[in-house]
Amino acid sequence: MSEASDKQSASGPAALAPDTLQAAVTAAEQAFAAAADLDELAAVKPAHLGDQAPVPQAKRAIGSLPKEEKADAGKRVNEARQAVQTAYDERLAVLKAERDEKVLAEEAVDVTLPWDRVPRGARHPVTTIAERVSDVFVGMGYEIAEGPELEAEWFNFDALNFGKDHPARQLADTFYAGDEDSNLVLRTHTSPVQARTLLHRDLPVYIVCPGRTFRTDELDSTHTPVFHQVEGLAVDKGLTMAHLRGTLDAFAKAIFGEESGTRFRPHFFPFTEPSAEVDVWFPEKKGGAGWVEWGGCGMVNPNVLRACGVDPEVYSGFAFGMGLERTLMFRNGIPDMRDMVEGDVRFTVPFGTEA
Amino acid sequence: MRVPVSWLTEHLELGDDVTADTLVEAFVNLGVEVESVERVGDVTGPLVVGRVAEIEELTEFKKPIRYCRVEIGEPGSDGDAGETDGDAAEPDDVEDASDEMAGGLPKPRTNGIVCGARNFAEGDLVVVALPGATLPGDFTIAERKTYGRVSQGMICSAKELGIGDDHSGILVLPPGTASPGDDAREILDLDDTVLELTPTPDRGYALSVRGLARELSCALDVPFGDPAKLDVPEPEGEAWPVRVEDPEGCPRFVLRRVTGLDAGAPTPWWIRRRLLLAGMRPISLAVDVTNYVMLELGHPLHAFDTGSIKGDLVVRRAEEGEKLTTLDDAERALDPDDVVIADDTGVISLAGTMGGATTEIGTESTDVLLEAAHWDPASISRTARRHRLFSEAAKRFERFTDPQLCEAALERAAKLLRQHGDGSIQPGRTVVGEAEPAPAVTMPINLPDRVAGVRYERGVTVGRLTQIGCKVAVDTADDGTTLVHAVPPSWRSDLTQPADLVEEVLRLEGYDSIPSELPPAPAGRGLTEAQRRERAVSRALAEAGYVEVLPFPFVSDAVWDDFALPADDARRRTVEVQNPLEADKNRLTTTLLPGLLDAVQRNISRGTRDVSLFHIGQVVLAGDGQAAAPDPGVEGRPADDALAALESAVPDQPRHVAVVLAGQRLRDGWWGKGETAGWADAIQAARLVAAAAKTELEVEAADALPWHPGRCARLIADGDTVGYAGELHPKVLEALELPKRTVAMELNLDGLPLREVRPAPSISAFPPVLLDVALVVDAEVPSAQVAAALRDGGGDLLEDVALFDLYTGEQVGEGKRSLAYKLRFRASDRTLTAEEANEARDAAVAAVTERVGATLRG
Repeated sequence: MSEASDKQSASGPAALAPDTLQAAVTAAEQAFAAAADLDELAAVKPAHLGDQAPVPQAKRAIGSLPKEEKADAGKRVNEARQAVQTAYDERLAVLKAERDEKVLAEEAVDVTLPWDRVPRGARHPVTTIAERVSDVFVGMGYEIAEGPELEAEWFNFDALNFGKDHPARQLADTFYAGDEDSNLVLRTHTSPVQARTLLHRDLPVYIVCPGRTFRTDELDSTHTPVFHQVEGLAVDKGLTMAHLRGTLDAFAKAIFGEESGTRFRPHFFPFTEPSAEVDVWFPEKKGGAGWVEWGGCGMVNPNVLRACGVDPEVYSGFAFGMGLERTLMFRNGIPDMRDMVEGDVRFTVPFGTEA
Repeated sequence: MRVPVSWLTEHLELGDDVTADTLVEAFVNLGVEVESVERVGDVTGPLVVGRVAEIEELTEFKKPIRYCRVEIGEPGSDGDAGETDGDAAEPDDVEDASDEMAGGLPKPRTNGIVCGARNFAEGDLVVVALPGATLPGDFTIAERKTYGRVSQGMICSAKELGIGDDHSGILVLPPGTASPGDDAREILDLDDTVLELTPTPDRGYALSVRGLARELSCALDVPFGDPAKLDVPEPEGEAWPVRVEDPEGCPRFVLRRVTGLDAGAPTPWWIRRRLLLAGMRPISLAVDVTNYVMLELGHPLHAFDTGSIKGDLVVRRAEEGEKLTTLDDAERALDPDDVVIADDTGVISLAGTMGGATTEIGTESTDVLLEAAHWDPASISRTARRHRLFSEAAKRFERFTDPQLCEAALERAAKLLRQHGDGSIQPGRTVVGEAEPAPAVTMPINLPDRVAGVRYERGVTVGRLTQIGCKVAVDTADDGTTLVHAVPPSWRSDLTQPADLVEEVLRLEGYDSIPSELPPAPAGRGLTEAQRRERAVSRALAEAGYVEVLPFPFVSDAVWDDFALPADDARRRTVEVQNPLEADKNRLTTTLLPGLLDAVQRNISRGTRDVSLFHIGQVVLAGDGQAAAPDPGVEGRPADDALAALESAVPDQPRHVAVVLAGQRLRDGWWGKGETAGWADAIQAARLVAAAAKTELEVEAADALPWHPGRCARLIADGDTVGYAGELHPKVLEALELPKRTVAMELNLDGLPLREVRPAPSISAFPPVLLDVALVVDAEVPSAQVAAALRDGGGDLLEDVALFDLYTGEQVGEGKRSLAYKLRFRASDRTLTAEEANEARDAAVAAVTERVGATLRG
């Protein structure tokens, strides 16, 4: 095929000449490429893909060709049409992507802007530590017991083997309430719950009792007249001081980490015999890991069991108690007891819902 | 108590390798708290004995000052005869003292020293720190000019030398103790360590060198020599006539008399040193000796000036109106419960607690009546607290003293007075009362093993009990059990039951030998429904932006006036605290609001203006004519009726939950305006609590103080009022100085019905039909009634009712308002047709029309 014969059929059959078709494709490609945005692309689209565009016109010219040339010419036209369409589609995709990107870029915001329209709330760390401790013991099979804060003296002292003249009963330590002779006190420890539990629950008993307690200490950086304790009591057949130790070791590890553990020092409490003070190994102690005084414990005094109707010949038990504020003070590094008492939200909010 | 290590170890056969640290560790393991460990005599450089040769009073200063010439050594002892200050001092300092001493005798070395103390005289032996000496506290002495003189050293007080706390004057040594120039460190026996020890209150015997040394002998397994083992001679007659009228308060009363005492005899340095190191102030021989014996043996003694006693001594309870001036110069009104010692003139001593001024040993006393008694600990405890007289004697008597020790303690004191005061011990001794031996305690020999969960070696139980002084016998019971019978020693009143013996074995074997072992786990049931509910409520409130506070329950009665509560309001019926810390906050609160409002105020005063707080806690509701709590005793389980009485004597203490909001609930910010907390927030908090508690509340308008009468909701659960919520009354806010529009909610958490299981809703997958209605009703009609009527009228097809607009104004007319609702209809089993939905909507509107007279807004 010669160039001359192709040129002869520029209109009509000439439009089907390969060069002509190629020129149309090239023109379309250039026009689409030159379109800077979707609007421009839409504007040039009819000239290359519209009915009057060169390639569709060429397609219509196929009918006038001799039969034997139709197939070839048809193929060429189709290829040209596809090439133009592809050029258009590709350009369209590019421009759409560019437009989308631009929209997204325009929609960008300053994500560092604060959005604290609803102030955050928080639970008091004493509440959350009490729950945490409770959960540790629930996990060991214990149940949570509760009792009143204003308590009969009998539960707070007598049943716990405090003699009638025990110094702790004095006004200097205990808040007395009600009339002179109503024999009510604000419980000085959570231990009356021990007595209530033994009087009302079936044996064996494994309970912990977190709760609010009261002593007549003036509020200062290390004392508060209203504070919280967690009390534990287990009464069963064959309980030993080794069991007490194992329980407190597990407790210490749960709260202070696997490295933690306990140390017992002999002590005196009316309601336990033998009695011990518990030190806990605190890996994060200021100035290096070390022992920290944590609470008291011991084997339940048989006098307590008897006063609650439990036969000390058959059952034995252990009990322990820790101050929650004290635990928080060294665990969370709280410098001043008053922070936990005064209700300043700036203290509590950072603790969130889990201390 | 404070004890020097040298005193403790005097009675123990210890190896050389035992250091103060060994003892400290032993005490910790014994359960004796070690409060402090202080090195004594941390003095370096020249510390010598000096004799005050001459005192010049300097009066030109604000306080009297003395310039002393102090002899500090023999002449020429180090090749330097005479004055050592010559070249350093100004001319007027170098007086002609040396000339007066002239006469061919070599002049002693003297230093000029400025001193502010006045409790010494010329000729006294004192301790001088010379320039170059460093005293405890890194205090280095240098020659320096002061008060216009050059001071070449310091005359020391006991405290400055680190011996005790006595700073009342400089330390004057008894004459003849040493010579000027002697090394004071050696004379004073300075090198020592003082331990401050706190035994547990059940161990009165451990408030003595005797008791503490015995404890150490057990811990270190070394022999112990009992300082109370003395020859106590048979008496000849009585020391003084005595009548004990109250043998319960005074089971034993023993007297010994020493006459011909040299009143001016000084207390030897070794006694004074020990008293000083123990933190006591030496006073006079007789007083010092009684204190010394108390520290050594643990038995307090009292010394009467025999000459001041008129007639027989009587031990009895005080009579109403009696008074006594005690040794501390305080006149005390006695209580009929106080045990006292009296003579013909009346009360002369507050027994076991403090002596009286009239029979006090003075500088002229030469005839001393020594008393050692055994007092009832409880009685002493009451007296000490009543008079706030926590004397060293009372501290020991209230913890129990060894009743068999009276004679030995007196003998020890009498002999010291004879030895150091030239007294003669009179042959008589008065003894009233017998020391009852403690009953034996019996237990199975393996009880300590069973309690500890340890298999101790054979012989441990008997060995340890013997070591602490028990008389131990072992036999076999009929059932084959091996039993230990232990008769506690006289100084141990705390050994009354097997558990007490068990503790001794475990303690002395060491708590660290007890293994760590978990008990077999029981099957727990987890938290109760109420406990889970409280946690859910607490978390829901925190997540909704409330901050938890834990205020004290103490309130003043005046708060109810601020709350404008009527006189008969139940919340005014509070339980009183008899001994409040703050006199005006002497009531236990019946509502959580006062504490929360306090906390709001504190936050505002500290600059936080937007505050949302919550508190969950017990309140105390005083019952009507609540009976006093009975005392059912502790012999065994209280009888059922006694227990019931006991429990019903304790007032109801329901758990409440309350919130308070002040300031903005939604903050202002770059996003625009925030929103001030309002009455609706308080009511929504109640609904939130109810939802967290798996229940719902009904709400109706209420007029209840301290709330605003038009902005208060009654909270109703299952038909019962459980609380109130809304805006606080403007007058109340004004009285409490709180921000206007502060809102609050309080409800009785225990009053909400407990629901174990929430039933599941049935969810239809068919499409809904949404219809809006606007209803015009009288303005007073509560929206809740309109919504309820819509729900009832709409029937099962009405899935949801949502109020989306409220309108009052001209278009609906005076006294009316329009409520616009979105109604969502849906059937559970089919696609609802428009006709069905319209029918249901009409029925809903009809119900409202019927109940509250609504008209559809066109």
